[in-house]
Amino acid sequence: MRQYELILTKNMMQPGYTGLREEYERAGGYQALRKVLGKIPPAGVTELVMKSGLRGRGGAGFPTGVKWGFLPKDYRGPKYLCCNADESEPGTFKDRQLMERDPHQLLEGMVLAAYAIGAETSYIYIRGEFVLGARILEKAIGEARAAGYIGTNVLGSGITADVWVHRGAGAYICGEETALLESLEGKRGLPRVKPPFPATHGLYGKPTVVNNVETLANLPHIVDRGPEWFASIGSPPKSTGTRVFCVSGHVKRPGNYEVPMGITVRELVYEHAGGMRSDKPLKAFIPGGASAPFLTPEHLDVKLDFESVAQAGSMLGSGGVTVMEEGTSMVWAALRLMEFFYHESCGKCSPCREGSSWLTQTLRRILDGRGRTTDLDTLTELCKNIAGRTVCAFGDAEVAPIESTLKYWRHEYEALIKAAAHHAVDGHGSGSGLLMPAGRH
Amino acid sequence: MVDGQWLMKKTEAVQASCVNHEPSNINHPARRVMLREKYKTEIDHILSRYPVRRSALLPLLYLAQEEDGYVTEAAMKEIAGLLRLTPSQVYETVTFYTMLNLKPVGRFHIQVCKSLMCALVGSDTVIGWLNTRVGVGPGETTADKLFTLSVVECLGACGTGPMMQINDEYYERLTEDKVDRILADLKRDGTSPLKTGPFMWPEPAGERCQ
Ligand SMILES: Cc1cc2nc3c(=O)[nH]c(=O)nc-3n(C[C@H](O)[C@H](O)[C@H](O)COP(=O)(O)O)c2cc1C
Ligand code: FES
Repeated sequence: MRQYELILTKNMMQPGYTGLREEYERAGGYQALRKVLGKIPPAGVTELVMKSGLRGRGGAGFPTGVKWGFLPKDYRGPKYLCCNADESEPGTFKDRQLMERDPHQLLEGMVLAAYAIGAETSYIYIRGEFVLGARILEKAIGEARAAGYIGTNVLGSGITADVWVHRGAGAYICGEETALLESLEGKRGLPRVKPPFPATHGLYGKPTVVNNVETLANLPHIVDRGPEWFASIGSPPKSTGTRVFCVSGHVKRPGNYEVPMGITVRELVYEHAGGMRSDKPLKAFIPGGASAPFLTPEHLDVKLDFESVAQAGSMLGSGGVTVMEEGTSMVWAALRLMEFFYHESCGKCSPCREGSSWLTQTLRRILDGRGRTTDLDTLTELCKNIAGRTVCAFGDAEVAPIESTLKYWRHEYEALIKAAAHHAVDGHGSGSGLLMPAGRH
Repeated sequence: MVDGQWLMKKTEAVQASCVNHEPSNINHPARRVMLREKYKTEIDHILSRYPVRRSALLPLLYLAQEEDGYVTEAAMKEIAGLLRLTPSQVYETVTFYTMLNLKPVGRFHIQVCKSLMCALVGSDTVIGWLNTRVGVGPGETTADKLFTLSVVECLGACGTGPMMQINDEYYERLTEDKVDRILADLKRDGTSPLKTGPFMWPEPAGERCQ
């Protein structure tokens, strides 16, 4: 197996590393901050980040430096930085590890970002269930404050950079950046209509940057080792750096693997994650979290970078790679994800609110052997009327599992519907013979 | 979950409290202490973190839930007063979030993830085990108020499924034997060493946990 240089997970791979401030400092931590304060102007830091080619790790892959550049230049009032630690996309579990194992790496990244954009106050919006993560961050913030890395007059520079932890309370949609802002303002997490974008009208209507945990954790390294170094890793020029891929499903060794962007799915699944868990071959995989369309064994040699995965008809998204073995029912898999989206639809836009319920019922009917011949057209039509017609990208996400399984495994839907028709005529029930774990479909 | 009665019971006392910022608990003799009295320093600290008071809503609701086990009507009214909101502004927020309980749950709230990634590795079987061991189905609480069983969506631990959260703790890579040990530990000690975290998977060389 090829070994690659670890960047974000390097410290935590050291035996005994617990992520305390002194350990982080001993590993070279907070040097980037010292390098910047009083020496490089804020705009210079933004420039470094632009040059590095860093793109967001939260899902959309937007260039980080460019996003920062959208903030109004001569604005005098308060600006905010929000770290998106909601990690709610099914299949994604990297931010939890980055926060719980090396919290200061994130904090240093946040202070660097806050300095670059001129935010005196930053919030870490962490999903409510990550109680331990929130506690670890609180403790790390205390340590950093005591050492002068966070607070007023950071390292004697006169800069103020406060960081607070804000816990969510159970709602997938609060990972969407404007829903996150609403939630942070103490309201229901309903996404806002854009434009205006958070860069001009964000938290409390003030200029705001929202960045994912992994995105921010890259910053100390970019400052420390230079944007050229960073831009040489991965698939330059469009997908630079590493990704912490979260591998789940039917593999021998599920877990987080940090590798340069651009390695193939085959290498990630068969080498890093140890290959399939049994002798059953791979049937399907999702390359970037529940919102990314399913792909097939033909796509195993697709490179895991933003462009290649998009070209293959899916998206790199959050880096959650879920693998399914032969024998898994794709209709069942689509329903499982659809149930998630149905449960999590915030209810603001009718195509999504009503559509997710309708899609779920239709899928359940097909799977329960009550499918109708018109159901596939219904599904297709519904998907067409949801995607692109909602305030946020949730609408596009919820149709991905259905559209992609219909595209590659339409025969499975048809077999179930055909069996249902037979059953109705002559009383012979016939299942598809595919795995549909018992319980609530 | 919608507690319609509560909306209708908005008394004058509450409305007055929103104007004076002097909440009242006259309808709720069950609540002995006001949050503001018991957690003054904490509340002040929470409020100091935000330039706009309403941002303190989720943190204060957590405080209330910790105090009472769930978010009571009295707490919602008190928090509305503290934040200069109407009770319905508090209530509409509470109903949006799954982690805020509007009714009591058992001493141990078991939440099993059933989303796709966990389902691929057997979460439905785990739900079955829990069902028989604890004796209640999803959404139910045992008669002795010890356990509430909930089936929930992705908790962000998809590589170490099947998994469940019990109160604040995660339990991952569940097996039948492990589930039995966890339940026995909880009944006996109120806590279990089988809880996981700080999270890292696969584990770095030299570290071994369950
Ligand atoms: C429905 C939905 C859920 C999302 N969930 C998350 C999430 O849990 N974590 C995250 O970092 N980004 C999430 N995003 C993406 C954010 O909206 C936003 O693009 C991101 O936080 C920006 O940070 P980045 O540029 O560093 O990636 C979600 C987006 C949508 C539409
Ligand atoms: S699917 Fe169960 S924790 Fe994510």
